[in-house]
Amino acid sequence: MDFQLPEELIDLKKSIREFVDKELIPVSQQVEDEDKIPDNVLKQMKELGYFGLPFPEEYGGMGVGYMGYCVALEELGRANAAYSNILGAHTSIAGGTIALGGNAQQKEKYLRPMAEGKMLGAFALTEPGSGSDAASIRTTAFKKGDRYIINGQKIWITNGPYADVITVYASTDKTLGPRGISAFIVEKGTPGLEYGKVDHKMGLHGSHTCPLFFEDMEVAEENRLGPEGTGFYTAMKALDGGRVSLAAGAVGGAQAMLEASVKHAQERQQFGKPIGENQAIQWMLADMEVEIHATRLMVYHAAWKLDQGQRASHEAAMVKVYASEMAGRVADKAVQIHGGMAYMHDSPIERGYRDVRILRIYEGTSEVQRMIIAGDLLKNSSKN
Amino acid sequence: MNIVVCVKQVPEPTGTNRIDPKSLRILREGVDSVLDPADEFSIEAALQIQEANPGTNVVVVSMGPDRALEAIRRGLAMGANKGVLVSDANLAGSDALTTAKVLAAAIKRENPDLVLCATESSDAYTGMVPGGIAHHLGLPLLSYAKKLTLAGGKVQIERQTEAGFQRVEAQLPAVVTVTGSINTPRYPALKGIMQAKKKPVDQLTAADLGFSPEQVGEKGAKEKVLGWAPAEQRKAGTVIKDDGTAATQIADFLAQLKVI
Ligand SMILES: Cc1cc2nc3c(=O)[nH]c(=O)nc-3n(C[C@H](O)[C@H](O)[C@H](O)COP(=O)(O)OP(=O)(O)OC[C@H]3O[C@@H](n4cnc5c(N)ncnc54)[C@H](O)[C@@H]3O)c2cc1C
Ligand SMILES: Cc1cc2nc3c(=O)[nH]c(=O)nc-3n(C[C@H](O)[C@H](O)[C@H](O)COP(=O)(O)OP(=O)(O)OC[C@H]3O[C@@H](n4cnc5c(N)ncnc54)[C@H](O)[C@@H]3O)c2cc1C
Repeated sequence: MDFQLPEELIDLKKSIREFVDKELIPVSQQVEDEDKIPDNVLKQMKELGYFGLPFPEEYGGMGVGYMGYCVALEELGRANAAYSNILGAHTSIAGGTIALGGNAQQKEKYLRPMAEGKMLGAFALTEPGSGSDAASIRTTAFKKGDRYIINGQKIWITNGPYADVITVYASTDKTLGPRGISAFIVEKGTPGLEYGKVDHKMGLHGSHTCPLFFEDMEVAEENRLGPEGTGFYTAMKALDGGRVSLAAGAVGGAQAMLEASVKHAQERQQFGKPIGENQAIQWMLADMEVEIHATRLMVYHAAWKLDQGQRASHEAAMVKVYASEMAGRVADKAVQIHGGMAYMHDSPIERGYRDVRILRIYEGTSEVQRMIIAGDLLKNSSKN
Repeated sequence: MNIVVCVKQVPEPTGTNRIDPKSLRILREGVDSVLDPADEFSIEAALQIQEANPGTNVVVVSMGPDRALEAIRRGLAMGANKGVLVSDANLAGSDALTTAKVLAAAIKRENPDLVLCATESSDAYTGMVPGGIAHHLGLPLLSYAKKLTLAGGKVQIERQTEAGFQRVEAQLPAVVTVTGSINTPRYPALKGIMQAKKKPVDQLTAADLGFSPEQVGEKGAKEKVLGWAPAEQRKAGTVIKDDGTAATQIADFLAQLKVI
């Protein structure tokens, strides 16, 4: 048992923190106001290797595993949530499905440029009629010679408007339910791939989603990920990693809000003394600290399990629901401690309060996570 | 081609240096230490030469306590090939010229074509070490480079001056000190950080370099710090409240200083 991060990861963390402090946080408000991450910042992140963190070195990745990836997302989470959101959709779920389900040629052709930051990824599962019940998707893929003809619609696809590579889920056999769902790698510019209007969101400004439409979209058989019928399982497995890393980002975001709250509690004077001298404020700070610490340990444990090559769906569900709800509580307290200034649009607390709300919804809602956890308990299959 | 870059670990330069009243040395305990930001420019300059001339070997050399290894690692993470750390309790309290003598001995082992230093360190700030190194190695010293080019076995620099710059050159091998306007240092790539630990670092003592304990450290120092005093506090600035004439008042003030 060793609670120290390995030395390389301590260096990685330090160096990402420096980059986040010097390059990302200073433009966080600009990203919010302009609803765009400056091109040069994204370019720099890609060149430095941020888009390939957990992928194997043999495919151009950093090979830092889920632990390193989570350490990175924790640091990135301290800045505007758009950064970790774009990175998460690209890495955990789009790249993650190719890393898990792709063959050597597919990894060479798509995972390598994705890891090197030369191609951006998106993951398209959700449909207007299929959210939590993801196995009920209606998009279909019919085999015709050595190609598939795909028809259907996806919504709210992160990175959708500009992704170079999209992993698309479609049913190749309706009668088989989840076992009839297959995954395909679709390139930008494929005929039949149409884009809807970019969505106006409550938060996550700077990161974009849009609907995707497939009208007789032809995809070569060689772009099918794994055998027919394995797509849903690959997606669920990638989501395990996604949920853990999402929780890591939540820890970073909450940590930033706690730090801002501590500072504010010391500086803001009312009734002739800093507000932090009131027990009411101190208890909020203490509760924030406790929950953040607990979540961080859960993240590291789940990431460690994934890096051991063990299935960690149960732990991933637990840390996802806990982290996303923790971040909500921490953001709420941060608003309370900051008072009226936290209600103003140019406050990072106001932004954080809106941005954390999505965490309880995407990559499986809180209810879905509880279904997974309780389902395991009742099947008596949960392992400690 | 072999390039040696001299790097120093310094207390986090955004803080204020504290001096130990007894030893009159900069207090390093309990202070975050970093690779001197001034040295990142010389590392970057070396890496740019390396990119233009594949096969170039970049070695970062530091003399300092054991934890100066972190500064070396940062250089390795940026892309240098190898590190050399000269560390030995006997070296504590070395003055600038002793530092130069020891560094020169360590540098010599690397058979350098080019030695790069910052113009001056961000902490002790004497600016004497590079000249000392050049002296001990018997090499020419080109100082204050804001631009550096290599051609035909020569190094040519643009030396920053108050009025502009001078173009000077020397036959390689040579020592060059660079200024902060020479380039924009890169962030270490994430891959570089992960690989830094696997790169070789030679750890040397004073004895390894042929020095006796009497020749180095406090005993070998010809220079003695006698005392120190804090810089005079700057007077508080004037605050002009805007009653509609603030702009004129500021303009008048600047005109009085003859800056506009
Ligand atoms: C900003 C954003 C980005 C997104 N990015 C992507 C992306 O990149 N790729 C992608 O594929 N999708 C993406 N999504 C979709 C996201 O994954 C879904 O919104 C999510 O899975 C929930 O589905 P839903 O919105 O249809 O809600 P629904 O499934 O309709 O759920 C509505 C409510 O009912 C609850 N509920 C549903 N079933 C049950 C049940 N059995 N028991 C109890 N409660 C239940 C839910 O928990 C929720 O509270 C994104 C969404 C947003 C908002
Ligand atoms: C055990 C130990 C303890 C030490 N404790 C102290 C201390 O308390 N206070 C202190 O000031 N110094 C200490 N030193 C380091 C050494 O004495 C100083 O480096 C020396 O005084 C240089 O002065 P400067 O910073 O003014 O150099 P400058 O001449 O201003 O530096 C110019 C450039 O020369 C190079 N350079 C300078 N010093 C070094 C170095 N050490 N290694 C590699 N390159 C270098 C760098 O490129 C630097 O940018 C210690 C060393 C050891 C081994």
